[in-house]
Amino acid sequence: MNAVDTQPMPEATAEREAVIKVRGLRNQFGRQVVHDNLDLDVWRGEVLGIVGGSGTGKSVLLRTIVGLNRPAAGNIEVLGTDVLNAPESERRKVETRWGVAFQDGALFSSLTVLQNVMAPMREHLKLSSNLMKDLGALKVGLVGLPHFACEKLPSELSGGMRKRAALARALALDPQIVFLDEPTAGLDPIGAAAYDDLIGELQRALGITVFMVTHDLDSLYAICDRIAVLAEKRVLVEGPIETMTDIDHPWVQEYFTGPRARAAQVKGSRRSQ
Amino acid sequence: MSSVRPNLRVDVTGTETVVQLSGALLTEFLAEMERPFAQVSAKSGTLRLSLGGLSAMDTGGAWMVANLRNRLQRDGVDVVLEGGAEDQMALLRTVSAAMPNDDLDDTPSRSPWDWLEQWGKNLVGGWQSALSLISFLGETLVALAREVARPHKLRWASLVTHMQDTGFNAVPIIGLMGFLIGVVLAFQGATQLQRFGAEVFVVELISISVLRELGILLTAIIVAGRSGSAFTASVGSMKVQQEIDAMQTLGLDPIRVLVVPRVLALLIMLPLLGFVANLFGLLGGGLMSWINLGVSPGMFVTRLYENTDVTHLLVGMVKAPFFALVIGVVACWQAFQVKSSSTSVGQRTTSSVVQGIFLVIALDALFSIFFAGLGI
Repeated sequence: MNAVDTQPMPEATAEREAVIKVRGLRNQFGRQVVHDNLDLDVWRGEVLGIVGGSGTGKSVLLRTIVGLNRPAAGNIEVLGTDVLNAPESERRKVETRWGVAFQDGALFSSLTVLQNVMAPMREHLKLSSNLMKDLGALKVGLVGLPHFACEKLPSELSGGMRKRAALARALALDPQIVFLDEPTAGLDPIGAAAYDDLIGELQRALGITVFMVTHDLDSLYAICDRIAVLAEKRVLVEGPIETMTDIDHPWVQEYFTGPRARAAQVKGSRRSQ
Repeated sequence: MSSVRPNLRVDVTGTETVVQLSGALLTEFLAEMERPFAQVSAKSGTLRLSLGGLSAMDTGGAWMVANLRNRLQRDGVDVVLEGGAEDQMALLRTVSAAMPNDDLDDTPSRSPWDWLEQWGKNLVGGWQSALSLISFLGETLVALAREVARPHKLRWASLVTHMQDTGFNAVPIIGLMGFLIGVVLAFQGATQLQRFGAEVFVVELISISVLRELGILLTAIIVAGRSGSAFTASVGSMKVQQEIDAMQTLGLDPIRVLVVPRVLALLIMLPLLGFVANLFGLLGGGLMSWINLGVSPGMFVTRLYENTDVTHLLVGMVKAPFFALVIGVVACWQAFQVKSSSTSVGQRTTSSVVQGIFLVIALDALFSIFFAGLGI
């Protein structure tokens, strides 16, 4: 089966709406080409996991889509806006409709957790300060942090709590798309599983689209609807995780049929029962 | 977006109140909905909260609905939610579960005696920092003595780098500063001395004040601002990144690795920089005296030899190593006090410069009293 092919499956295309559309993306740093002619679609309401070996530009892809890195060529459309060429005001509008949670949180270190969550609200919403506080506290509660965490500074939190706080800030404006960079890296297995459940739960309850870069096979099995594998400077394959083991590519084979993948698969199927 | 502004309508029929919500209850419209929601009230009985007309709802909107329900229920009203779509009800459940039970109003009550408590805290805190600084000074001195006793174990590469950073690279700014101080002294001195016809004493004015006090004091102030801040910022960032913890686990003594080369570099370079400042101070003063007062360079040098004793230079230079120690130790100690956030690096760097300069000036005053007592 020659499945090294990025054609989307035909039967479902009619009802799917692409919230992110990447076409012909090329990224290079000096002479090193990271992406070349990369195409990717993210459908509304799905959890997409991006995997790939280190150095294949997973984080670069995320940074490019959210506008932190200007690509050498290509087109990126997010929620119908051409983010690379749209005027500033339109870009700002799109920016309020996505949230990004960085790997180490990237919380503002001089602000408390609640102030961090309120920071984007202050900028973009005209709400009374009491209401903003209540909504901020709600977001902190939504990501499963205890109420007292609101008044803590990021440096007073554990790594897992910082990641949750970062997710709360990403959710501050009720975004339609949430970008997560290595959400479970550095968490213990229990914390990571809880975080996976949290993302899945929020995704269902809030109806958001999740774009996540991850290495965590457990996350891939537990919550990702679809997986895109980055290799050879493009999206090599995409599809549900069950189809990955059939792909005839050495890296994909090793990744999805290795001992860790088999263990994760068992755990994933156990959890979904 | 196809979002219709949300609306809230209240109908009262007998004991039953019906609240109809319609439109898109989204966070962006909440500002205008705050008042209508707050005004909903029912004495008792049943209140029907109809969500049927809602075209969209996000977490902010769900919070408003859940908050209204909680408030009314606390007042003893029976609240019935109806007409919500399945996903809206699910969102409401998620949001209700995430809402804090207690109100956010947990600001500590203020007492009129708070200032006294704060004052006491500051006093104790200040005393503890002073003790900690002195013990750090002791540790550094011991480590310095050990390193100097075994020079082959010294980190030469690090020492030389810091000597270049703190010393050699500072020569232009120190030279310019010294030159300008000499110029200013000559200019100001001349205007005053001319009134007594004592212009020629300007040479002593310049040489004694520059060699004894100003050259080394101002050099120390510039170095405290320039290198003290750099020490605190760089070592403080290492502390944030846990590099210092890593060092300790690897059996490296952070004081030996980080503090000793920096302090030693300052100990070597500050006297030399002070000497450079002295030279340029005399040069600037001499030049200005020549231009402004007609004191020729030859006469300047002759008077310098005859009337300015070399003890003035020595009194100035003797202070340099002490200033260097104060600047280096304060900067490194402040760096070790950095907590795990980048804000605290900034705060500590500021304190490092302020404390360094203050202590240098205080020490200089002590030296003046000391030398006056000795009659030098």
